[in-house]
Amino acid sequence: MYAVNGISFDLKKGELLGIVGESGSGKSVTMMSLLKLLPMPPAEIVSGTAKFEDQDLLQLDTKQLRKIRSGKIGFIFQDPMTSLNPVLTIGYQLAEPMREHLGLSRRKARKRSAELLEQVGIPMAESRLGDYPHQFSGGMRQRVMIAIALACDPKVLIADEPTTALDVTIQAQILDIVKQLRKDLGMAIIWITHDLGVVAGIADRVAVMYGGFIVEEAPVDELYANPKHPYTQGLLKTLPNLEGERAERLESISGQPPDLRQKPQSCPFAPRCSNVLERCLQENPSIVNRGINHKVACWWNPDSGEKE
Amino acid sequence: MSSEASPVLLKVEGLTKHFPITKGVFRRQVGAVKAVDGISFDIFKGETLGLVGESGCGKSTAGRVILQLYPTTAGKVSFKGQDLMSLSKEDLRKQRPQMQMIFQDPQDSLNPRMTVGSIISEPLVEHGKFKGSERRERVEQLLESVGMNREFTNRYPHEFSGGQRQRIGIARAIALSPEFIICDEPIAALDVSIQAQVVNLLEDLQEEYGLTYLFISHDLSMIRHIADRVAVMYLGRIVELTDSETLYSTPLHPYTQALLSAVPIHDPKHEKKRERVILTGDVPSPANPPPGCHFSTRCPRAEKRCFEDSPEWREIAPGHQVACHLV
Repeated sequence: MYAVNGISFDLKKGELLGIVGESGSGKSVTMMSLLKLLPMPPAEIVSGTAKFEDQDLLQLDTKQLRKIRSGKIGFIFQDPMTSLNPVLTIGYQLAEPMREHLGLSRRKARKRSAELLEQVGIPMAESRLGDYPHQFSGGMRQRVMIAIALACDPKVLIADEPTTALDVTIQAQILDIVKQLRKDLGMAIIWITHDLGVVAGIADRVAVMYGGFIVEEAPVDELYANPKHPYTQGLLKTLPNLEGERAERLESISGQPPDLRQKPQSCPFAPRCSNVLERCLQENPSIVNRGINHKVACWWNPDSGEKE
Repeated sequence: MSSEASPVLLKVEGLTKHFPITKGVFRRQVGAVKAVDGISFDIFKGETLGLVGESGCGKSTAGRVILQLYPTTAGKVSFKGQDLMSLSKEDLRKQRPQMQMIFQDPQDSLNPRMTVGSIISEPLVEHGKFKGSERRERVEQLLESVGMNREFTNRYPHEFSGGQRQRIGIARAIALSPEFIICDEPIAALDVSIQAQVVNLLEDLQEEYGLTYLFISHDLSMIRHIADRVAVMYLGRIVELTDSETLYSTPLHPYTQALLSAVPIHDPKHEKKRERVILTGDVPSPANPPPGCHFSTRCPRAEKRCFEDSPEWREIAPGHQVACHLV
């Protein structure tokens, strides 16, 4: 499987980067490999570097990584039910990273746990520290996950589809909390999702992934107003509107997502692309600047005027 | 599609489904999960009625009870004027070809040990339609009509992607030329770029065969696109029902308003300007719903009577029904 193929991005302090892609586009694998969270073997990081405050994460040993994980980089997963330990109380699971990474005493850790729960909007926080995960609803569990990720004041928070399993009214609550926390704590966030609507509301910058590559990257307003990659354009067109005119018929992207077992030789989107050129089938385009802060990986360039 | 002029195909009156909660060795009933708690609506021939709601609101159970896949606790479902609950098992079986279902997860709803051909021909065999080479021809024709290759009859479900598997499920549902299909979250398990393909296919089939759909989904944007009329469900009850345009432009029930404002819109400029109604708290358990209006515990506008009396289901404008004291 060629899950992620030579992608590069950077994250500035306090920024929210949205990573959008469909299932199998490699967005989760990218983040998991940053912190070596994938079982290795069978997974293997073939090449690349990942700098965090001038330290290459991929070169660190397990012990050093442990310090970074959940200490400086917090992680929120999609499904709060499987990522919380069902036989430990919420209070214990919250306090554990603080005792481990910050060396807090039991009492101090407990106090801070209650504060964190309050911060993510759990009522009667202190009395709920002794409860187990099954005593919380899905939305509440995801809040607990966020509280755990925030426990050690991380500089970076990686959120992998954190609201996908939740209902829209609960999702709106969580998004509201995240926006508020960002304002208060000023951490940088990488938000992985398949939902272009969620990203539109919270991200500063967006990277679109397809078949293990980043195919387009731009500031959020620019990306939605002026998408340049045929995949991004297609994706935005296939979505039905909640307001405004109702389309007679949805535009669709024909064909199926790529098979990641094949080593990609050509542009991964070429078989489904409506603007496909001869060159697209022979060579995979690398991602280049086209406009201010707007990067695209595509041979087709209607703006350039010259024929490739 | 002018729904008002068309005859009523399916009539649902006070439909209720409670699942018993039992306790102890003697399985004494100690309570009930009120999954569907007295819902009523009509579906007109040739239209698409959207049924929206969040998880656990009872929308899928409603679909299954309508098709009599679960026995009903109370209420009445009539299909073309015939009361489905009064039918014997055999008579009901004879009605089944006219009413079909498309399920959410094409992974779970197709038998992995059956070939695509035998999956699609199973309803034909069961109801004694077509024989021998005619049946084979019909299966191939069905595959073609859902946009798949005729040659695929001997393949197995695992050889296909999610979108293609959903097409196989659709081919099976239309095999007996039904009039009415319940689509239970048919696109929820599919990728965004594939969802539009499947929705377009469903619309094409509707046009070609004059199908009537009950389209169950939690995706409000997609419901707006596909449905002629929309019913919004909350904790076992329908809170608002009207034509799609009115519901999205002037929602009246506070829950519909909150639900619509919570849906993210894929336009950053618009998204920053939007006013949100953020609901507090979670959906109460259907085993122990609040007295009075079910939405009262989360409603930003709830008054004293909302906590005491159930609001009446009434028509406030032609074709626009709401259950709320404050409207």
